[in-house]
Amino acid sequence: MPQLTSWIFAALLIVLLGIAYQVGWSRSRGLVVASGEKLHSRSQYHGSLVAIWALLPAIAILILWGLFGEAITNTYIMGFLPPDVAALTGPQLAQALQRIRSLASGFGVAGTPAEWEVAAGQALAQFQLITLLIVILLAAGIGILAMFIARTRIAPRLRARNEVEAIVRIVLIACSAIAILTTAGIVASLITEAIRFFSFVSPIDFFLGTVWNPVFSSTGGGSGQYGLLPLLWGTIMVSLIAMLVALPIGLMAAIYLNQYASPRVRAVVKPIIEMLAGIPTIVYGFFAIVTVGPFLSSLGDVVGLDVSATSAATAGVVMGIMIIPFISSLSDDILNQVPRAMRDGSYGLGATQSETIIRVLLPAALPGIVGAFLLAVSRAIGETMIVVLAAGNSPVLRANPFEPISTVTVSIVNQLTGDTDFAGPQSLVAFALGLTLFAITLVLNIVALYIVRRFREQYE
Amino acid sequence: MTTTASLAPNTSDDASIRRQRIRAGLTRRHVNETMFRGLGLAAILAALVFVCIFFYTILGKGIPSFQQPVLHLAVTFDPDVITSPTPPARAVGQSDADYRAATLAWQREVAGLNWNRIVEAAVRAKLPATVDMDSRQVLSLVETSERHRLRERFVADPSLIGKTVQLELLASANVDNWLKGNIDRSLSDAQQQLSAPARATADAFLADGTITWRFALSIFSNVDSRAAPAAAGLAGAFMGSLYMMLVVILLAVPIGVASAVYLEEFATKSRLTDIIEVNINNLAAVPSIVFGLLGAAVFINYFHLPLSAPLVGGMVLTLMTLPTIIIATRAALKGVPPSLRQAALGLGASKMQMVFHHVLPVTFPSILTATIIGVAQALGETAPLLLIGMNAFVASVPGSPLDQAAALPVQIYLWQGNENRNFFEARTSAAIIVLLGLMILLNAVAIFLRTRLERRA
Repeated sequence: MPQLTSWIFAALLIVLLGIAYQVGWSRSRGLVVASGEKLHSRSQYHGSLVAIWALLPAIAILILWGLFGEAITNTYIMGFLPPDVAALTGPQLAQALQRIRSLASGFGVAGTPAEWEVAAGQALAQFQLITLLIVILLAAGIGILAMFIARTRIAPRLRARNEVEAIVRIVLIACSAIAILTTAGIVASLITEAIRFFSFVSPIDFFLGTVWNPVFSSTGGGSGQYGLLPLLWGTIMVSLIAMLVALPIGLMAAIYLNQYASPRVRAVVKPIIEMLAGIPTIVYGFFAIVTVGPFLSSLGDVVGLDVSATSAATAGVVMGIMIIPFISSLSDDILNQVPRAMRDGSYGLGATQSETIIRVLLPAALPGIVGAFLLAVSRAIGETMIVVLAAGNSPVLRANPFEPISTVTVSIVNQLTGDTDFAGPQSLVAFALGLTLFAITLVLNIVALYIVRRFREQYE
Repeated sequence: MTTTASLAPNTSDDASIRRQRIRAGLTRRHVNETMFRGLGLAAILAALVFVCIFFYTILGKGIPSFQQPVLHLAVTFDPDVITSPTPPARAVGQSDADYRAATLAWQREVAGLNWNRIVEAAVRAKLPATVDMDSRQVLSLVETSERHRLRERFVADPSLIGKTVQLELLASANVDNWLKGNIDRSLSDAQQQLSAPARATADAFLADGTITWRFALSIFSNVDSRAAPAAAGLAGAFMGSLYMMLVVILLAVPIGVASAVYLEEFATKSRLTDIIEVNINNLAAVPSIVFGLLGAAVFINYFHLPLSAPLVGGMVLTLMTLPTIIIATRAALKGVPPSLRQAALGLGASKMQMVFHHVLPVTFPSILTATIIGVAQALGETAPLLLIGMNAFVASVPGSPLDQAAALPVQIYLWQGNENRNFFEARTSAAIIVLLGLMILLNAVAIFLRTRLERRA
């Protein structure tokens, strides 16, 4: 039934759109033929303008009905309920209303319905039909009325194009505001929920605490300890390992592809390495636990180290692999931007290729590479699925990278998954963690983007 | 070197010493050069080796699980077992609700029947008389979902009663593991999932053709299942992902292109547009999980949109994809030659006409590519979906974007955590192959359309 009405509404709007456009178009055409005068705007714009004016009020009415229709219908049914049923609340009342709706739709209810239910059902069916007709007629009527008003405005001098363009401009502005709204939404939701969290746990205990032990209330006993430091340490350790893997490989690969490789090798190898960037992180996580973890663990056995299969090292190495293409393509771009004259000057003085790269190219590209490095770090810090699967989820402060750890992102997932009433510190802490994460990555990004931009301007 | 010698004829000793020093230095420098070059090559090789190991692991584990063992059995719908054979007929004047209640009651009754007995009888018919197995051992060969499939078959066609039908039933996940060697065959009885006679029977069935390998259609046609791993499939997750991608395309593309057009073509350079610009660049680098937190707080908690719904997931992914599309579209708009704009303006087009009739169509290939890349990225995203409840176990195909659903990457997350590791490592890899296949397909389409459209332009 609701689906049917939405189809009716959609059809109504489309028909109205077509008619209104046609009316505006032919009216403006008629003016040209009748008076021979030149119009300010072309007929399409007159048609569009009339269509917009006709649709807006119709849509407004349908939206109003969508917002309040349900409540109005419910109030109407309530009038038919006997006092004892009307006094019910919550799910029982909803169930009673649902029975009446089923009766009204002709589907019926199992068993024999009470007499008042049948009466209410019949009345509701009538009411639904009448309100539907009223809404449709109202929307169509007002739409058509608006259409005729807009039609009378059509004159050779009407600046229809400018009006349509002004409306399009407003739509464009609204669209670009969404990006701002997103940021505002992120900041607002993180801060409000984090403040609620800090009403349970003091910020000092959160930011300086060394124990992470969020006890769920169902297990009883206090509200747990929410120390950020073990998680932050885990995040830093994993990111550090990732950068230790990604920076040398990524940078050297970029240098080789940029300076040494023949165009043919470059054309083949570069896309293959960049393919690593397109693989979803959950797949990397799976790869970490089935291949890299066991491999590192057996490697540890060989050299006599006790290496856990899920550990900071496993997650870090795999995250490093993920970040290699990120570093290599950014560095490649940056190396390309270093002016050729600098390289040629160095060659002219007799330097070998590697000397040119190490003494001229890299110092010149350093700011850009630092920027790329910071962007990569911010990426590593915010990465979630790899650490969820491969880091071992053990939020304890330890220095050994071969033991399980936990990170900020892992704890966000653990604390919030499947729980959305946001009542206790157990779930609210996710927002405090998210706020920390957002702040760290924001600072890193701003610094990195600033450095990269400065670097670009230097050589432009 | 000769010039040095001729300029200072008296110091030929010095010259030769210098020459030697230079030569020694040169050798060292050339060694350094070779080493540096070697390091670069090693980095490339390391990256390529990672790619190879990665695909080798995933393909090696995943491809075998596209094959799965089935049992060919003659199943008899035994009237002794099926004691409630006739569905209720619709009485005159009976309401829809009453009829449905009666039908449901009948189906419940049918569901309460012992379908295991029918499955067991069908397997036993194939067993040699010498084999002694109890019911549990016999039933352990057949996946638990198959008795429900028999029941559904009967409900759909009650006239089957008393008939014998030749059917293919999925072998259980444990049989699959055993026959593929995913479980160590030399393990002792206590550590094996299947009992010794069941293992022997599985081997014998495979030898005599009662069990054959079939393409595992269940991966594509079935929904997720916890009780019956061998029947678990991706259909629900696939539809969930499809709905989300539709939402992303319908929302992110128009909004992204519109805001890029405004920022690039109409907005006057001001403090506000500067802020918007910095803001969009930052949004592109915000960790995806933060978008999940936003979705949980705003869409779920504030607007009370349904949990686990592809619509909400799609909206969260839209916000995540928007910056990508905006940045790419702006870059494309920047690349349009000024002569095109000037020509349009010179012929009397308004600014809006210039942008929409002349500039935007030229950028179409780039926008399309950016959209596809953004959608592919959104398709593989997992973390934000976990926070809006899309990790719930859903054993149905969503009929609309508002129904509960999983998504492909979330399904991978759920499967990799399944306790039947031997079986699900392979099945997860199969799901990964499907996901990667989709992403490669999307990217291939992007490249194809791009080259085609650019050639035409």
